[in-house]
Amino acid sequence: MANQALFRQPVAGPQPVAGQGGKARTSPLQHASDGMFADRLFGWSILGCALLVLAILALIVWQLVSRSQLSWHAFGWKFFWGQDWDPVNDHYGALPFVYGTIVSSILALIIAVPLAVGVGVFTTEMCPRWLRGPLSFTTELLAAIPSVIYGLWAIFVLVPLLRSYVQPFLAKTLGWTGLFAGPPYGIGMLAAGIILAIMVIPIISSITREVLSVVPQHQREAALALGATRWEMIRIGVLRNARAGIVGGIILGLGRALGETMAVTMVIGNRPEIARSLFAPGYTMASVLANEFSEAAGDLYLSALIEIGLALFLVTIVVNAMARFLVWSVTRGQPARARA
Amino acid sequence: MPEPTSSSHKPEISLWRRMKDHLATAFCVLTVIMVLAPLVAVFTYLVIKGVGSLNWAFLTQTPKPPGEVGGGMANAIAGSVLILAVGSLLGVPLGIGAGIYLAEFGRNRFGDAVRFVSDVLNGVPSIVIGIVAYALVVLRQKHFSALAGGAALAIMMVPTITRTTEEMLLLVPNVLREAAYGLGVPRWRTTLSITLRTATSGIITGVMLAFARVAGETAPLLFTAFGNQFWNWRLDQPTAALPLQIFTYAISPYDDWHRQAWAGALVLIILIVSAVSAVRYAVRRGTLGGVA
Repeated sequence: MANQALFRQPVAGPQPVAGQGGKARTSPLQHASDGMFADRLFGWSILGCALLVLAILALIVWQLVSRSQLSWHAFGWKFFWGQDWDPVNDHYGALPFVYGTIVSSILALIIAVPLAVGVGVFTTEMCPRWLRGPLSFTTELLAAIPSVIYGLWAIFVLVPLLRSYVQPFLAKTLGWTGLFAGPPYGIGMLAAGIILAIMVIPIISSITREVLSVVPQHQREAALALGATRWEMIRIGVLRNARAGIVGGIILGLGRALGETMAVTMVIGNRPEIARSLFAPGYTMASVLANEFSEAAGDLYLSALIEIGLALFLVTIVVNAMARFLVWSVTRGQPARARA
Repeated sequence: MPEPTSSSHKPEISLWRRMKDHLATAFCVLTVIMVLAPLVAVFTYLVIKGVGSLNWAFLTQTPKPPGEVGGGMANAIAGSVLILAVGSLLGVPLGIGAGIYLAEFGRNRFGDAVRFVSDVLNGVPSIVIGIVAYALVVLRQKHFSALAGGAALAIMMVPTITRTTEEMLLLVPNVLREAAYGLGVPRWRTTLSITLRTATSGIITGVMLAFARVAGETAPLLFTAFGNQFWNWRLDQPTAALPLQIFTYAISPYDDWHRQAWAGALVLIILIVSAVSAVRYAVRRGTLGGVA
């Protein structure tokens, strides 16, 4: 607020001395006459930078929309319901990719949410103070590893592990559900879900930590004073207050999972099929772009791929906006709630 | 009237509630272990497999044809440096400029719009940014290029840099600005040599954050920089990049390439960490330490 008051005034130099008129320049320190021009130049150039940021988004939207027109006119809404992806006959349906993206992301969230929230709760509520810093630093470190390295690790470590131990075990115990049936390739939807989960955990747990740390201390004290155990205090006094923010963090993680490309492409198997079993290979929207975009011969093929990109773009924007709103409503709305 | 019995001194907590408390604690500890396990596993494998495969040839030679043993990723390391330099040259000034605008002039509707848009840009999947760079640069130049790759990375850097620059500038106390104005310093100089200078270390942290994030990006380079088996220093030619090379080698069927992919991953991590720590060290040692 103080800033605002300051910058609304034209403060180019010392105020003119009374009686000498508005244009008088007396102080030797004053360079306001050169300053005026330079100031204006400076103002315009940083305004230009700000405008460019807007222009980048406009360019993205414009390019995606205009270049996907061909496919949109050819297939319309049916594009997203069609199951055939057939570049040879120039017929495109994106359902297998949409399905793969949704299933792998949901699988990732099912695995990641309990773990990430548990870590968030542990770091803010349970662990000794000296451990707090190193622990959050280490979880953040997970986010700093490039996705291609996760992919590399998944191909050579995670996938063999799944193939020889995890998948046979799941097939034996839970095979009757149909979700864990078929030959254990290792590569497939399950591997993609697990690697995505590892990649979204740091996002969810850091947001969880953030919203838990703004829950006012007296909520905890009140719960403890009423005789609650630590877990009851966390459940009633802390988690309930931070619910919306945690959900926001989860949705933010979802946004990341939907758009994640490299690691998923390397382990999901890249087959445009819709299978019930999580052992089966699949394909996601981002992966099909990564694999086929640079080889897309033919305008309709390219246009269909760009339409997938547009859909991915729109979905992630909606998801991210929703998440930010939820996180914001907790971290900003806190004083009001604390007063109530 | 409450009776002063011994039970009121220490309230009884039932066994079941105490057990739930212990279970919850155990669960949280377990989650921490499960989350840290992949981190440890990734780093262990990276170091063991990477160090074992790293040799002088890897750092100095270009790739051998598929199936032949030997060769290295020297051109990819150089290509990554080139692409990242282009990306930083385009993205850093733009991001800092927009950040200055938001901090110093952005208390209005337009500023809010810029803030919202840069948050949106932050969430756009990197592969989509690759498509746009392809459409804007590659289609116009008629071939893949380092410039297109750099442009894609620049777009990804801008939102992070903009928002951290804004945050850091807002931390600069107003008395500094007022003091400069009081001495008759014009506004542009105040911003550049007082405000911006004070916030330098914070802003550089933001820049390095953005840099580290894009340095390992593969998806936006797939159809912009495209990759190259040979040396290339020209901006308008297809260029090799370390993450791209790791990807290609990892999904290839050759054992020797797998080995090199691990070595490449280790080099990539080392490059990112050393670039980030070198800049941070330089900032901390210099006289530019600020409020942030």
